[in-house]
Amino acid sequence: MSTPTLEASPAAAPTQLSTPAAPGAEEKLTKKILTADHPTWCPGCGDFAVLAAFYKVLEKLQYPHEKIVCVAGIGCSSRFPYFMNTHGIHFIHGRALPLATGVSLSRPDVHVFVFGGDGDGFSIGGNHLNHAARKNIKLTYVIMDNYVYGLTKKQTSPTSPQGFKSKTDPIGSIDRPINPMKQLLASGATFIARTHAAQVKHMVDTFERAIKHDGFSVVECLSECVMFYEGSFDDSTPRKGGVYDIIDETQHDVKDDVAAFKLADLPSPGKFGVYYEVDRPTKNAMEQKWIDDTQSKLAGTSQKDLLKKRLEMMR
Amino acid sequence: MSTATSPSASSPTTLRNAVIRLAGNSQDGIQSIGGILARLAGRTQQDVVTYMTIPSTISGGPSIFQLHLGSGEVLDAGDESDVLVAFYQHSYNDHLSALRDGGICFYDSGEVTEVKNDRGIHHIGIPFTAATVEAVGGSARDRGKNIFVLGLLCAVFQLDKEKIVGILSRQFGKKDESVLRNALLAFDAGFAYPIGDITTFNFEEGEHKDPHRISTDGNTIMSMGLIAAGVRYGSAYPITPWSSIMEILRSELPRYGGLYVQAEDELSAVSMTIGAAFAGHLAVTGSAGPGLSLKMEALSYASMAEIPLIVINVQRGGPSTGLPTSVEQSDLMQAIYGSHGDCPRIVLAPRDVEDCFYIALEACKLAREYSCPVIILSDQALSSRIEAFTEPDLDKHWVEPTLDLSDRGENFKPYPLDSVTRHAPPGTKIAGKYPHVTGLEHDEWGHPSGNPKMHQKMTDKRRNKLVALSNKLPLPEIYGDQEGDILLIGWGSTFGPIKESVNRLRAEGHKVGAAHLRHLHPMPAHLDRLWAKFKHVSVVELNDSGMYGYGQLATILRAAYAEPKIQSICKTDGLTFRIREIVTGVEKIMTAK
Repeated sequence: MSTPTLEASPAAAPTQLSTPAAPGAEEKLTKKILTADHPTWCPGCGDFAVLAAFYKVLEKLQYPHEKIVCVAGIGCSSRFPYFMNTHGIHFIHGRALPLATGVSLSRPDVHVFVFGGDGDGFSIGGNHLNHAARKNIKLTYVIMDNYVYGLTKKQTSPTSPQGFKSKTDPIGSIDRPINPMKQLLASGATFIARTHAAQVKHMVDTFERAIKHDGFSVVECLSECVMFYEGSFDDSTPRKGGVYDIIDETQHDVKDDVAAFKLADLPSPGKFGVYYEVDRPTKNAMEQKWIDDTQSKLAGTSQKDLLKKRLEMMR
Repeated sequence: MSTATSPSASSPTTLRNAVIRLAGNSQDGIQSIGGILARLAGRTQQDVVTYMTIPSTISGGPSIFQLHLGSGEVLDAGDESDVLVAFYQHSYNDHLSALRDGGICFYDSGEVTEVKNDRGIHHIGIPFTAATVEAVGGSARDRGKNIFVLGLLCAVFQLDKEKIVGILSRQFGKKDESVLRNALLAFDAGFAYPIGDITTFNFEEGEHKDPHRISTDGNTIMSMGLIAAGVRYGSAYPITPWSSIMEILRSELPRYGGLYVQAEDELSAVSMTIGAAFAGHLAVTGSAGPGLSLKMEALSYASMAEIPLIVINVQRGGPSTGLPTSVEQSDLMQAIYGSHGDCPRIVLAPRDVEDCFYIALEACKLAREYSCPVIILSDQALSSRIEAFTEPDLDKHWVEPTLDLSDRGENFKPYPLDSVTRHAPPGTKIAGKYPHVTGLEHDEWGHPSGNPKMHQKMTDKRRNKLVALSNKLPLPEIYGDQEGDILLIGWGSTFGPIKESVNRLRAEGHKVGAAHLRHLHPMPAHLDRLWAKFKHVSVVELNDSGMYGYGQLATILRAAYAEPKIQSICKTDGLTFRIREIVTGVEKIMTAK
């Protein structure tokens, strides 16, 4: 056994939680300030554009720097927090949403952003997506969907189309893929949108709307994996001869989930934009109301005295 | 009932202690009246240890509640009972053997047919059901027969009637008026029931003069300990026998400005809790063995990312779904080693119900100090049994919750190699680069690093925290003889039975000591000093002796100290140790050559 040299130092003094963060901090957030490690993604990866779009949105929103939190699970896209010079946490595969839920519910003063891929969101973490959505947790989740497992070098993903040849499906994928829009509609998410890494302006606008939504907002962002699924999104990329078809919100009522479900049924490449957007109280707000109501009845009693009284009842 | 004599119609017999077993079905409310009797003991300066079995079925099934009441120290729930109360024929058939020779059996004469015996057992048949229906009236049927029995026991043991009525009033007073009225009618009927020429008993005056004594179960007081220690956030998934802690925290924490979240599964529960911890709060999750297994990946993350985290495992019979409502101590290895990779974490175990409060305080203190996961190994027996003890002094133990958002300087590093990690939670202004909390091996700033030297250095850092703690921990005191024939080593809820066994073995002339470990990982350094002066060492634990003949703690001690004299006394029948099981085990080890 080596000699232990580590000594615990006393914890710092308590700090009061400030009120929820508002734009207009002293330091102006720029892309330069927000940039951290150089991304480890392959040249040509769609995720670079997503990162660039996110910088742009943050430059626009000007949240206080220290109040921005980036959370991710495991996957190529989940490396995202390392490339952001903000508070960040790189967690385990599939559990980014529950971790972000813990942050969101216990820290009303910070802005929580979650990044991940189709494996994290729809496969290993699929159940968490359903529950974070139905609970309407206040956070924004960007799913960079490339229809393939890239970090582990080309296995079938839950969104790989049938017939896609991968190392785990040498004869072509057999299983029906998940329809992300339909799944999210059924789960109870209150903001559901679809965008594309090759459409930077649309991405920026969509992210901004998602972030400003008071509730669980999720954006599926098609992001091509040039190493393992090249050409996957050509049919929605105009410069490759595809069609980028944006939802006309004068024709589509974003509060109508049945209409959204029908939109989600269109064949590939489908439509892009906001499928569904509705106001519903967040779990954050409802839990806070319970806390406030409970505490207002106890006004004047210190927390220590509350527990003392609780113990006295056991006498 | 050590001083009890044969029943006679004369004056009351004075007792020092008595073991009462109530046997019925789980929906009959025997836990309820057992709980009332236990609370009464706590309020009358007596000591009490209870024990219960609950079927794991949704409704119904045989169930018992056993109370060991005493005027002096009570260390166990009693090997055999002095009084049996049998509600049904199956209760009578199954539990008569647990009644001592010459004991008293009250039974429901409308349900039970008495069997002749030659053990001097006094049978007293009383129509519990019919008498309750008569007293309360038809509409309530037999719902109050447990309270009838409470009245009966109150009369037989000359218990403090006024205090019992007070407890009943508080328990039922919040409900509909008729509920309390019916309860009191049933109680009075039982109290006044003519029991014939049986003697009555009274207890010696209790030795516990402390006016601030409380009586409660382990899960409840552990929840209070967590609140006292500053825990305000966490998340869990329901599982027996853990659930009551999450239920209490869910109801209580809003009063303290906090929040406890029911998650969709165990993986989410631990992840949300790590989220709250990352956000700067002291947070707790918990489960039973199967749920702890599901949390393992995230626990390994918390070791790697150096997140302070409290995890409670209320152990039950395993493996798999096992025996959800029985006691076992078979998760020790899982708690210490159950994750992938080398992932140092702290493991503690409370020794009795009272200690559930203090172990929660200590777990929280250590998690803060060492910035790593701390697992508390409680068990089913501690979770539900009721003990009386001195009310914790909150003026002494209260910890105000903190959230450290103080500005961090230019050179802030989340993972410094030369000091313990102190994370900067979101909301903290950082003058330099913002930190990344990560499960990838990393450098001091949290950047992913595959550098071989860095992995070794960070592995050392994470391990050396625990080495430092180990060197700070005092050796446990030895109870009984400080040298001699055999040293018993225990952990967790076996504390009382082991201590009582030492008392009996010493009374028989053996030189016996006992040491109880509350810190199971890391253990205090130099444990070998404990047993240096003993001929034999035996680790007493409720788990299987396994392939090589040693229980889980015994295996670890043998591996750490290569000490061949360490032996095991193990069992896995889902029940707490009886004193005679330990005594027999010790005698076997001492006579083996």
